[in-house]
This record gives sequence, structure tokens and C-alpha cells, in this order.
Amino acid sequence: MSGPSTYQPQNKVLQWIEKRLPIGGLIHSSFIAYPTPRNLNYWWTFGGILSFMLGVQIITGIVLTMHYTPHVDLAFKSVEASMRDVNYGWLLRYLHANGAAMFFLAVYIHMLRGIYYGSYKEPREVLWILGVIIYGLMMATGFMGYVLVWGQMSFWAATVITNLFSALPGIGEPIVSWLWGGYAVGNPTLNRFYSLHYLLPFVIAGAVVLHVWALHVTGQNNPAGIEPKSDKDTVPFTPYATVKDGFFMVCFCIVLAWFVFYIPNFLGHPDNYIPANPAVTPTHIVPEWYYLPFYAILRAIPDKLLGVGALGASIVVLAFLPWLDTSKVRSARYRPLFRQFFWLFVIVCVALGWLGTKPPEGLSVLLSRILTVYYFAFFLIILPLLGIFEKTKPLPNSISESVLGAKA
Amino acid sequence: MTMQRTIIALTLAGFVAAFGAPAFAQDHDTPQPPRIKWSFSGPFGKFDEAQLQRGFKVFREVCANCHSLDMVAFRNLGDAGALGYSAAQVAAVAAEYKVKDTDDLGNPIERAGRPADHFPSPFANELAAKAQYGVPPPDMSVLAKARTYERGFPWFVFDLITQYQEQGPDYIAALLKGYEDPPKGFALPSGGHYNKYFPGHNIAMPPPLTAGQVTFDDGSPATVEQYAKDVAAFMVWAAEPHMMARKRIGFQVMIFLIVFAGLLYFTKKKVWSDVH
Amino acid sequence: MTTVSSAEHTRRDFLYIATGAVGAVGAAAALVPLIAQMNPDASTIAAGAPVEIDLAPIAEGQIIKVFWRSKPIFISHRTKKEIEEAQKVAVASLPDPESDNARVKQGHDQWLVVIGICTHLGCIPIAKQGEYDGWFCPCHGSQYDTSGRIRKGPAPKNLELPPYTFVSDNKIRIG
Repeated sequence: MSGPSTYQPQNKVLQWIEKRLPIGGLIHSSFIAYPTPRNLNYWWTFGGILSFMLGVQIITGIVLTMHYTPHVDLAFKSVEASMRDVNYGWLLRYLHANGAAMFFLAVYIHMLRGIYYGSYKEPREVLWILGVIIYGLMMATGFMGYVLVWGQMSFWAATVITNLFSALPGIGEPIVSWLWGGYAVGNPTLNRFYSLHYLLPFVIAGAVVLHVWALHVTGQNNPAGIEPKSDKDTVPFTPYATVKDGFFMVCFCIVLAWFVFYIPNFLGHPDNYIPANPAVTPTHIVPEWYYLPFYAILRAIPDKLLGVGALGASIVVLAFLPWLDTSKVRSARYRPLFRQFFWLFVIVCVALGWLGTKPPEGLSVLLSRILTVYYFAFFLIILPLLGIFEKTKPLPNSISESVLGAKA
Repeated sequence: MTMQRTIIALTLAGFVAAFGAPAFAQDHDTPQPPRIKWSFSGPFGKFDEAQLQRGFKVFREVCANCHSLDMVAFRNLGDAGALGYSAAQVAAVAAEYKVKDTDDLGNPIERAGRPADHFPSPFANELAAKAQYGVPPPDMSVLAKARTYERGFPWFVFDLITQYQEQGPDYIAALLKGYEDPPKGFALPSGGHYNKYFPGHNIAMPPPLTAGQVTFDDGSPATVEQYAKDVAAFMVWAAEPHMMARKRIGFQVMIFLIVFAGLLYFTKKKVWSDVH
Repeated sequence: MTTVSSAEHTRRDFLYIATGAVGAVGAAAALVPLIAQMNPDASTIAAGAPVEIDLAPIAEGQIIKVFWRSKPIFISHRTKKEIEEAQKVAVASLPDPESDNARVKQGHDQWLVVIGICTHLGCIPIAKQGEYDGWFCPCHGSQYDTSGRIRKGPAPKNLELPPYTFVSDNKIRIG
């Protein structure tokens, strides 16, 4: 994807194909010869890990579909039956459920890495925005997948999340009943969520292709945050990046396997093992952990419309990051003040996540509000101002100098 | 760097101070269930066949009068990693149950259960189940995974590492022993029962177990303590019948991944050796 | 780069091959659950357990259809005439030579138990039709005789026999 390829196959058949469809050259230039900065650290392996996790989710998902029945009377039972009776059904289902959580863990690391090293800055704005779109699609897919289990948390998550749209003045109510296909969450809702849950991962895969395309046009950012200047600054993707990505991917799989095989229900909510009951709301409903910070932001604001607005804004604001961050220096390595605000931001996100699990009363409401203010201030006030006031450290002349300098 | 660490430390400290304490204060009248040492906990945990058989006996003779076990089939009793019953024993157990079916002429009949049948429900439908106690007795198939208690911060972080995930059976075992006279001033609604471990303390289920109620063939003590523990273990098996296979395969996968990661690490070092 | 000894080379090649081999084993192992999940699940297998059929209500000349493992099983209570027809055929002249004795249980000549699936392409033949008083398949015109043997048409084989035993004179267990 980065210019005409020098790929010349030796094999006659491959030459014949290459003349008609230069797919070999595409693969060669994208995944073999593609130059990657030599100073990439392990935080850069999460792109590969995410592609792998998307593959795992799609494969296990297609397989689970073979045993699932999208009907309000049968959904919960079919999930349980697939765990009990289908050969390795428990493994496939636990892989899919915990895989979703690990997918989000990886995407958060990937996003925070992007923020820390300023990877969204010129010329990578489109690359970053495509990433935000992928993240949005992931949230929608994850939510709808959670509903398919049709436990208590599934049902009430569907009810609460679709009700967010009711905050819209005037058109809210019709939109909600349009989403439901009824007067409440019911069988039509389950069926359409099933359909979309199957569709969206392929939309994500398409967006990932664009994301990788954009990446291969601009090349990767790197911990020094400066562009490669010569061949000395880069190494070919294969074998250097492939083996490094592969190593860390397997390490990541160890974490995944820990959850899948040893504590498969640790990240889930026990109430989702109670079949959906439209007559009883669980006393304390919480979303899956990866939505918790946004849930805390929603609840921090006492007004319905403003709360939903803040929830939406907290995600949409990410897309504007390339223009909100006014600093010319990319990497936090050379931005001492930014680095502190960044880590505070990470802590705030984790803390908001924790607050998302607490009942919205007393101290936790106050704290959620303070942290919500910081969340938005980080993007809307701190980042624009830092570019003006922060005194950055001198940048190295080249990537190879930064590597050797670090070693000396 | 130091300032950064200070910020992190202060934030974390503030956090624990703000939430660690209230988390306990909030639940202080509902005690945490005591932790029981289960044979099936930990990465190499295995079900104790004798315990599952005892638990099954308690279930059959006591719980099954009100609770269904919809998702479990008789055949499951003889599966690998289950109660250790032979095919003949499974068939014998199944035959002791009456299962609804229709005959060749379409008339509803009750016939003897077969291994492929699921445990029949004690009630005809949910409304009939509800009529008895005001709330329908929950199905017991996945109850051990559907019940828990709040561990709170920072304990749940430790549970991630120590693999403590037996909150369900701990809670169930404690609940079955947790019936008491209500303390002075506690207004117990009529039809309710006071239980120390039940959130809100007002539970619809009357105390199900009394000492001596079930006689164990293996000579285990006929105490409520023993019944509660054994039936909770049985419920864990019912909820997670492939647990032993899961942990066994998990260990193999872990060994594989660690070896593979090690090999990849050295390969990576070799590949990169001419760059650094 | 300095010269690399051949021992160094061997060690490196070994490492690469070992890593690749372990990776290949892992990928193959990961395929096992993905393939195994499509096999019949435990509930299906359990539901395929043997079934017992009471033969007493089946009148002479009557054929009933029961299901075992989701397959139709024909149980034919044959008349004297049908048995004679089946036995007098010259076995060698049949497309799939098999004697009637081999297709029924000894001492139970009147009972023919076959899987009611045409051996051509899986349709269900209609009883007591066609030129041989047996079965006629409406899909492609295969004709079976009173012993369920193929006599005419595109089907290559006789109707298959399910595994079964006589529990008593009036009761069989299929499976």
C-alpha cells in the first residue's frame, strides 16, 4: 500500500497471477518490506494484537451462531445448552465473552499509547479518526452481543442503553420504539441485535483495512515522535516487527487464557446467569467493565439530556484530539508537563470506571462530577493550553540517534 | 518522575480512603459469608465425587421439592468430571423420576425417565411455583454462578490473581445455615424468614435443612453444616459441569503458551541482534 | 557484521524451526474445538439411544413408520404371500444380491425392519407401491420388493437394515 512494489515472484504461476492481480506485491509491500521505525516499543504491538483479537471474535462468533437461537424463550437456554452439550462449547463461549473484554483492554492500551506518543498528530489525523470510528463500532457490537445472552443484565442493559435515545427532545420516544420494534425490549429487539451483532464485526474489519491503509500511507509514529529520515531509522516489517508482534501476542494470549480457563466469570456479572425477567430490575445494574467510565459520566450529571449529551461527547471528543492538542511535539517523552496530565488522565479514567460500579449516592456522585470535569478539561482546556505554555525538551536529530543515545 | 509518583500515590490513597471504608460500612449488617475450602478451587481443583453424590442426595430429598434443575440431564450425572456414576446407575436414577410425555395416540402420559431426559420441574409452570411462597423458587441449574456477594476494592484485584471465584457456593452454604431469629426491632413481613446472609435479611424460602433430615450412605455427619456444604458443591457442578476439563485443558494451554512465548522471545532476540 | 560460525548458524536455524513447529502445533490444536463443535452434541447423541418398539399392535400386512436417530424406520408385518415372494426370487439376478433370510431375524420371517431412506438420494419411498409390492420411491422411481431390496430404478443398494434385536417375540429394540 506504500507505492509501487519491487516484488518479483520467481515462480511461473505466481508471475502469471501477479501480472493480472498484483496481490503478491500488495502483501509484500504491506507486510514484508514495509519499513517500521526501529525504535518501536512493545506498546506498538497492540495493533497486531487487536487484529488477532478481531479474528478470534469473528471465528468464535460464527461458531457460536451455529448453536444459538435468537428468541426470548430460547436464547438463554441455547447459550447454556451450547456450554453443556456442544463439543468444546464452554471453551468457545468463554473465549468469545472474555475475548471481548480482552479486545477492549487491548484497544484502551492502543488508544492511550496513541495519546501518550501523540500518534494522532499531522499527518495521521485520518488514521486516528478511523480508529475512533472502529472504537465506536466495537462499543455497539459489544453491547449488542451482551444482550444476546438474554440474562437479567442483558435485558436491562438493552432497556437502559436504548432509553438513552429517549433523552432527545421530541424525536426521542419514536426513536426508542423504533429501536425496540415494540413497546418495550422484546423479541424483535433481540432479533435485530442478533442481526447487527453479526454484521458489525465485518464493518469493523472493513474499517480496520482502511485504518491499516492509512497507517501504511503515513508510516508509523514511534516513541521519539519524529519521522524516519533514512534507512538507518527503519527495519523491514518482516521479520522484525512480525516476530516482535508475535511474541507479545502470545504473551497477551496467556492473559486471555488465564481468564478463559481459570476465572471465566470474573469479568461477567452474576445477574446475567438469571434469565431475563421484564418484571424485575436487578437492584444494582452496571454495564460491562469497559463501559464503566462513560457510565459514571452519564450518572454524574443530574439532567437526563445533559447526561446523555456528556456521555456522547466523552467519546466524540476523541475524534477532535488532533486539533485540540496544539503542541508541535508528539511524544510525551519530550513533554514533561503533558506526561503528568496524561497519567492523571489515566487515573481519572480508571477512577471513573470504579465509580461506575458504585451506587450513585453521596460521595461517589461528587467525585464522579469532579473527575468528569477533569476528563473534559484534559481535552478541551489542558491540551490546547499546554501547546502554548509547555516548555518541551529538545528532540533528538533522528530515530537512530535516539536509540543509540538511550543506550549510551 | 517523583512528582508523577506522588500524584499517583496520593490519588490512590485518597481513593482507598474514600471508597474502601464506605464499601464495608455499607454492608456492615450483612456479614461476608465465611470462606470454605473447596476441593474444586484453584487451577488444579477437582470435584470430590463423594461430595457431589452427597449433595445430589440433599438436592433430591430436599431442594427438588421446590427447585427445578432444568438444564441438567440425568445423563450428565455419569459424564466425565461429574458424580462418577456408571451408565447403569444413571439409568436407575433416571427411572426413579416420572417424566411427562405423550403416547402414540397423543394422550399425555407420565413415563419413567431416561438418561437423555432433563430433571423434571416440581411445578407445572412458573405461576404454580410462585403460588407457594409468593416468589417462584429459582431454577438451580446455574444458581451457583448467579449468586455472589460484594468483595469490594481491593479484594477483587487479589481474586484476579488467586483465582478466588467460589463466592457463589460460599454464599449459598452460608445462606443455608444463616437462619436466625430476627434481632429486636427488625420488622419481618409475614411469610418472610430472617436470614443473616440474605441481602435485606427477609427471605421467602423457609429454613430448608434440619439435622438428621438426610442420611448419607458414606457415614458423613448428618448435620446442616455438612448438607449445606455438599449441596453447594453439587450446585457448582450443576452450573459448571465441564469445570474439570476446563482446568485440565487450561493447564495444557498455559504450558504451551509459555513455551511458545519463550521460543518467540529468543527468536525475536536473534532476529533483532543485528539491529541493536 | 563479523563472520558467523556454522555452529551459530545451526543453532539459529534450530531455534527458528522449533519456534515455527511449536506455532504450527498450536494452530492445529486451535482447530480441534472449531471442527469438533460441528459434530453431534451430547444431547443429540443421548437422544439417539436405542428405542423399544412393541410389535403387537401391528396387523399382518401393515407397515408402520417409527423414528430412530431422526431416521424413519419401516416395520413391515409381512403376509405369507409377501414372504414367499421375497424368498423365491433368484438372489443372483438381483442388482444388490442378498437373500431374504439375511434381511430378517431368524424365526421372525414375518418382520422386516429397514431404514426407510431410498439408497439413491435419500427420499422416503412409499409403501405397497410399484411392481414388486414393496416400496416405490417417488423422487426418481426406484422400486423395492417385499424384502426392501432394490429391483428397478437408479438406487444402487437395498434398503439398509438398522441394528436391532428381538427383546421378546413381540418387542424389538432398535439401536
